[in-house]
Amino acid sequence: MSDKKNNFEYEEFVESFNPRDDETPLCGVETAIHRGDAYQKATGAQKYVADLKFPDMIYARMIRAQVVRGKIKKITVPALPKGYYFITEKDIPEGGKNCLNMIASDWKCFAAGEVRFKGETIGLLCGPNREQLFELEKQIKIEYIEEEAATTIEEGLACKGGAFVNDNNIHCQLKLEMGDNVDEIFKTAPHVFEDTIETGYQEHLYLETNGMIVTKENNKYILYGSLQCPFYVRKSTYTLLNIPIEDVVVRQISTGGAFGGKEHFPDILAGPLLVAEHKIGKPIKLIFQREEDIEYSVKRHPSKIVFKTATDDEGNILAMDSIVYYNVGGYLASSYVVLQRGCFHIMGCYKFPSARTRGYGVATNCYPSCAFRGFGAPQAIFAIETHMSHLAKHFGIEPLQYKKKYLIKQGDTTITNGKVVEEVQCPKMIEQLTEASDYYRKAKEYGYGSYKGIGIAFYNHGGAFTGNGESAIIKGRVRLTKNANGTVDIFCGQTEMGQGINTALRKIAAVTLGIPMSKVNFNAPDTSIVPDSGPTAASRSTMVPGYLIEKAAIEMKERWNSEDSFSVERQYQHPEGYPWDQATFQGYAYLGYGWGCAIVEVEVDKRTSEVHIKGVWSSHDVGNCIDKRIVHGQVNGGIAQGIGWASTELIQNINGKFKEKSMSDYIVPTSMDIPEQKVFFANSPYEWGPYGAKGMGELVFNGVGAAYIDALSRAINRDISKIPVPSEYVCDHVLHGTNSCLIEEKK
Amino acid sequence: MDKRIEFTLNGKKVFVVTDPLNRLLDVIREHFGLTAAKEGCSEGECGACSVLLNGHLVTSCIIPMGAVDGQNVETLEGVRETELGKIIVDAYADGGAVQCGFCIPGMVMATYYLLMNNHNPTEEECRVGISGNICRCTGYDLIIKSMMLAAERARRILWA
Repeated sequence: MSDKKNNFEYEEFVESFNPRDDETPLCGVETAIHRGDAYQKATGAQKYVADLKFPDMIYARMIRAQVVRGKIKKITVPALPKGYYFITEKDIPEGGKNCLNMIASDWKCFAAGEVRFKGETIGLLCGPNREQLFELEKQIKIEYIEEEAATTIEEGLACKGGAFVNDNNIHCQLKLEMGDNVDEIFKTAPHVFEDTIETGYQEHLYLETNGMIVTKENNKYILYGSLQCPFYVRKSTYTLLNIPIEDVVVRQISTGGAFGGKEHFPDILAGPLLVAEHKIGKPIKLIFQREEDIEYSVKRHPSKIVFKTATDDEGNILAMDSIVYYNVGGYLASSYVVLQRGCFHIMGCYKFPSARTRGYGVATNCYPSCAFRGFGAPQAIFAIETHMSHLAKHFGIEPLQYKKKYLIKQGDTTITNGKVVEEVQCPKMIEQLTEASDYYRKAKEYGYGSYKGIGIAFYNHGGAFTGNGESAIIKGRVRLTKNANGTVDIFCGQTEMGQGINTALRKIAAVTLGIPMSKVNFNAPDTSIVPDSGPTAASRSTMVPGYLIEKAAIEMKERWNSEDSFSVERQYQHPEGYPWDQATFQGYAYLGYGWGCAIVEVEVDKRTSEVHIKGVWSSHDVGNCIDKRIVHGQVNGGIAQGIGWASTELIQNINGKFKEKSMSDYIVPTSMDIPEQKVFFANSPYEWGPYGAKGMGELVFNGVGAAYIDALSRAINRDISKIPVPSEYVCDHVLHGTNSCLIEEKK
Repeated sequence: MDKRIEFTLNGKKVFVVTDPLNRLLDVIREHFGLTAAKEGCSEGECGACSVLLNGHLVTSCIIPMGAVDGQNVETLEGVRETELGKIIVDAYADGGAVQCGFCIPGMVMATYYLLMNNHNPTEEECRVGISGNICRCTGYDLIIKSMMLAAERARRILWA
């Protein structure tokens, strides 16, 4: 039973926060306040796309290819009742292009001739009665010439069934090197170890499935959607109709979770809807059911990373080489950038004398992979952390002691031959967390194979777009407007999807201007109203647009008393002295990294192999917390998602078809799976962020999976090289696993 | 075949003419325009569509209307007007429980159900209370804290 003392703590927990509206500016940015959207959402009053209705609105259902690879031979459509339409590639008007302009423009709006993966869009069935759409769907007959498919990284590389991208199924590749030539070091090194680490697909499983409504107003196409990046959708789709880009207007609707899954993917809905709207002219609503959202949406890239590491007899690392393969799927879309970020993070939080990495994005006949919290970094970090733990175990050195030696420091060279700009707080995090978790005692006491384990991982995440991308590519702009009544409007394209950006940006403006939060307005973006401040992605929204808002607010404050109503605009400028060459990937990849350390403790049930998490401790450097509790919530959520990725979240693509298709098949953590997390911070302010803040939304995901696997590996004394590891796999490891995965090269 | 189904919805007698196999979730959302309950999974797994049926917490996406005939249904639109409902909503806002918000209507319903039946829940009982509700954003900790806070306030204000 809970006692009064306990309850008192909860009241105190809350009352130390939530200042009155007029107190907000005095409290500074860190103090936790009420989120602007909390009441609307907690009362159920907040509208999401599925809750919207328009007069005369009809419904759509997506019709998708049901073969994994092949050619479309013939599509037979039944005689459709009045008011029903089947929209396909043929409905794209003259001059329109059948492609979606993501980062690459290879993903087609409608499959035309060729099918590259199961679930590729064939058409959109539209009509007034949703039940009727299901009936009509059964009557559409699509004949295919099936072809042999390649669905794994290995099959893709082997060009099973013949290459379908370039002549080798390599969508994209890159190579990075620092220090001396690793091949030379391998020739003379006392030991060379090979270690292969793999990670699986991960489904975003945002609680709100994808949904969008298209309408026409004043000859413009209006898209209402659950999405992260309104300007991405506009850029991606306007070429379908061959109309000016401004004639597509995107309005974000309150978004029920996204995690990267609504970064480019909404284009898949928007494209066919635009073409349908062009033909039909009525409001059309498309909401995915959960099963289609799981089976036919983008996921986190599966990865296979092969390390080759040279050491001396004591286990000191002399050089590290790695080959990074990501399963990209049928179309490139955003994956080259994902692969780049993966390779840029391949050394994790470490510095080695010499290193090399080569990355390959492999074409397969799988549903394309795309953005997911971490954007390629988590796979690399999981791999390096796990490899380091394997090496530590091999040399009989306690993993933390082993990892600690290589922690990168301010001024050290990164794999892109830039430097780390900020002070790295990992040593402080070690102090905080080892004490709080009693790590040293437990690590010694539990050892290997006691069915109890404690594990640790370090991780980082480069904030915002790589190198000078923010100024060279994104060119983000924000605008603040002071109204005559003393209120201020924020105009930018950032989207609230749960992460709290609405509150954070308003707070930056309110605190800087010294006015109550209630005087600062920020509405969900509409591309016809707000300037393009860049996507809500890459952990950049607070770091970059938030910084621009701070700068604009400083100028606004200076002019506040002398002018009644005016606007201030700001555009991002890359700081001088930190060069980056996007052609060669050389220089300062990121000016501000978020850093993190996580410790996880587990206990494994000997009979059932169930893993019980006994504790999770984390510390992060986020520069500064713009709102302590919002950041706390991000940490909690990112950690839970990261543990899920490593443990229960198994989604198998078997011969091109996802096996797990529902929320009863795909198991994400519930409230019973992870005990209350202990959350710490070790902040190192970022010079070019608002109040020192830097990116953190992805950081908090990146490393805890490795800490969990470290703990589990120690508990059962088995090297684990592949995630996820649900309980039945734990059992398999105990019965048939190995306690060393490292393969030493024979000299 | 459509049938006239009468039931009590948030304290009012209502009826609907519908196929008895239609889902309660669709009827409350589309026929009655009560959109607080969300469709998350369509198979009773995620809890986003939770409502009270005769005082029991159920997932309305797997309740056929035939089972609702003559019964008593309460949705968040009704619960948020009650004293306990208001305390829970306030605690969720005060405690930072809300992120994307899509699971939250179901969480509030589960919290309401728990507190109606247990005025003094432990942290563990709160965890069990929302174990049928999936949240992908929060990692649950701040929801649990907000539930404890709601319980504490309700004990002081309603159940003293």
